[in-house]
Amino acid sequence: MSAATDTERRAGRPDADGPGARGTDRPAAGRRGVRFGPVGLAWRPRVLGWTVGAVVVALALVVLGVAVGSNWIAPGVVVRALLGTEGGPDGFIVTTLRLPRVLTGALVGLVLGVAGALTQTVTRNPLGTPDIIGVTSGASVGAVAAIVVGGGTYSVSAVVLSGGIPVAATIGALVAAVAVYGLGWRGGVQSYRLVLVGIGVSATLDAVTSYLLVRAKITVATAASQWLVGSLSSTSWSTVWPLLLVAAVGVPIALATSAALGIGQLGDEVATGVGLGVQRHRLLVLALAVVLTAAAVAAAGPIGFVAFVVPQVALRLAGTNRPPLLLAGALGTVLVLGADLLARSAFPWQVPVGIVTTVVGAPYLIWLLVRHRKEMSR
Amino acid sequence: MTATTASTSTARTHRAGADPTASGTAAERATGRAGGLDATSPAPPVLEARGLSVGYDRDPVLRDLDLRIERGTVTTFLGANGCGKSTLLKAFGRVLKPQSGEVLLDGSPIRRAPNRAVARRLAILPQTPVAPAGTSVLDLVMRGRNPHQSWAKPWTAEDADVAEQAIAATGLTEVAHRDVASLSGGQRQRAWIALVVAQQAETLLLDEPTTYLDLAHQLDVLRLVRRLNREQGSTVVMVLHDLSLAARYSDRLVVLHDGGVVADGTPHEVLTPAVLETAFGLHARVVPDPVTGAPMIVPEADEHEAGPA
Repeated sequence: MSAATDTERRAGRPDADGPGARGTDRPAAGRRGVRFGPVGLAWRPRVLGWTVGAVVVALALVVLGVAVGSNWIAPGVVVRALLGTEGGPDGFIVTTLRLPRVLTGALVGLVLGVAGALTQTVTRNPLGTPDIIGVTSGASVGAVAAIVVGGGTYSVSAVVLSGGIPVAATIGALVAAVAVYGLGWRGGVQSYRLVLVGIGVSATLDAVTSYLLVRAKITVATAASQWLVGSLSSTSWSTVWPLLLVAAVGVPIALATSAALGIGQLGDEVATGVGLGVQRHRLLVLALAVVLTAAAVAAAGPIGFVAFVVPQVALRLAGTNRPPLLLAGALGTVLVLGADLLARSAFPWQVPVGIVTTVVGAPYLIWLLVRHRKEMSR
Repeated sequence: MTATTASTSTARTHRAGADPTASGTAAERATGRAGGLDATSPAPPVLEARGLSVGYDRDPVLRDLDLRIERGTVTTFLGANGCGKSTLLKAFGRVLKPQSGEVLLDGSPIRRAPNRAVARRLAILPQTPVAPAGTSVLDLVMRGRNPHQSWAKPWTAEDADVAEQAIAATGLTEVAHRDVASLSGGQRQRAWIALVVAQQAETLLLDEPTTYLDLAHQLDVLRLVRRLNREQGSTVVMVLHDLSLAARYSDRLVVLHDGGVVADGTPHEVLTPAVLETAFGLHARVVPDPVTGAPMIVPEADEHEAGPA
C-alpha cells in the first residue's frame, strides 16, 4: 500500500514525473498501448496466433472437403483445379460439383461465427445468439411455408432449385428480427429485454412451423424437416454468390465496429459517458448480425450451434474480454467444413451437417466450460 | 464560502502533519488556494438544470427542479434512499432523458450536442459498473480515451501516456495488466475512476464512488477526487451516502427530498439538525469534526436505550 501511495504522489506532481520515477513495468505497458491500442484486439499475439492457425486449418479443410467425395481426388489436383490449371473430368468435378458446396459451408461458418460474436458481445450475454433475435425461427417459418405451399403445386426439388426457399427464408428472418426489435423497444432497446422478447417470439414462430409441418403431406413434411436441420447437400454456385456478397460487405463492416463493441460492453451508462451513441450502435450491430445470419440460413438452413458455440470457443482460446470477430469467423468455417467432411465420409449414409455441428459443438463447449471452472478454482 | 476554504486548509495541514513523507504539500496547498479563488469568481455555470422533471416510467422522481453547478467546485448530492440523487446525476450525465425541462452544459442543451463532444467535457462514473471478464486495468482505462479518438486519429502516443498517468494517479501501476475482476473492491473502484480520469473531461459526475469500500479506501478515492479538483480545476458532482465525508470533501452540498431541493449551500449551512430531520427523518447532533472542523453527524441516543425495551 505504501509503495502504491508513493507512486501515486510522485505521478501527481508533473515535475517529478521524469523517466527515473517510473516503475520498471511501466514502459512495457505504454509501448504496448502505443503499438496496439484498443482497436487492435486482433493484433494481440495470442489472438493473432489462433486466428492465423484457424485460417490455415480452414484452408486445408477447403482443399480436403473438395478432395473427399464419391471418388478421391488428390489434393495436388484439387489445388491445381482451384487455380484453374486443371482441365478434364476432375477439374469439372472440383469447380462445378464440389466447390460450391465447400465454399457455401466455409462462408456459412464465417458469417455465423461473426454474427454470433456480434450478438453475444452487444447483448453482453453468451445466450444472445442470432437465433435469440428471431432470425432462425423467422427463416424457418418462411422456408417451411414455401416448401409446404410450393409442395402442393410443384415437386419439392423444383421449389428448392428455383430459389424460392432462400428468398422466403430471408424474408421470414428479416420480418422476425424487426418484430423482436420493435416489441423490445421501450424508449430504446435494452439487451435483456431483447433476449426475453426474442425467446417469446421464437417460441411463437416455432409453433407456427410445427403447425405447418403437422398439416403438410408426409413427403413435404420430410423435405421441410431436412431443411430445418441445416444441410449443404443442395448447394450450387447460385447459393454461393449472394452469400459471398453479404460476407464481403458485412464482415468488413463488422470489423469496423470492433472498437465500439469494446466500449458498448462496459454497459450503457459508461458507454454513453465515453461518447458512444449506444442505441445507434446496438441497432447497427444487430442489423448486421441479422443480415449475416439470414444469408447463412437462406443458403444452408439453420445449421445449429455454430453461432452460439464458436464465439465462446474463440473467446476462451484468445483470452480476451469479448470474442475476436475474425477468430470467431475462422473457427466457424473450421467447424462447418469439419462437420460437413465428417457428415459425408464417416457414416455409410449422408448425415445433414447441422446434426454434426450440434453433436460436435455442444460437448466441446461443455468441456471448455468445465475446464474453465477448474482453472478458476485452482 | 470563506468558512469552507478555512476548514479545508486546516484539513490539509493536518494531513501533512500526519504524513511526514508528503513532499508535495506546499505546492499542493498553493494550487488548492488557487482552486478556491476560481470557485468564488463569477463563472458561467458548467451544468444547469432548468425546470427538470425526470424519473422512470410515468412518475417523475424529481419535479420542476432548477440547479446550477459552478465551475471548479465539488458538489455533493445528499438525501435518503430513493430521493432522486442518482436520478439527478444521470439526467446531468444525459444517461436519463428528462420528462420535461432540460440540462445545459456550458449554456447549451446537452442532449442536442454530439455525444462524443460532450464526452470530452463531461465524464460519468455510474454506480457499481461491471467490466466483462478478461478486461485488464489497461484495457479498461484505454476506453476512457474514446472521445479523443476518431477514424483519422485512432490511437496515439498521447492516449497511451494519458492512460498510463491515470493508472499511476490511482495507484494501480502494479496491477495494470491484471484482470479487473481479480482485483480487490478498492482497486476495482479506482480502476473505474482511472477510466474517468483518462477521459480528461473538465467535469466529473461520480455516482457513489465510495460504495463497497472500507474507510481507508473511501478516503483514498475522495482525496483523489479533491486533488483533481484542486490541481486541474475539475468540476466534480457526486452522490455520497456518508454525510460527514461529504461535508469534509465538498464545497457545496445539495440535499434532495420529496422531488426537490430542501437545502443547498456550504456544509456548515446545510448540515443542521433541522435539515437532517426533514430529509432523512434522522435525529442527530451536528458537532465539529475534531480534525478538520467540518460538520460531523452524530445520531442521538436510541430511544429504547433510555427506558426498558
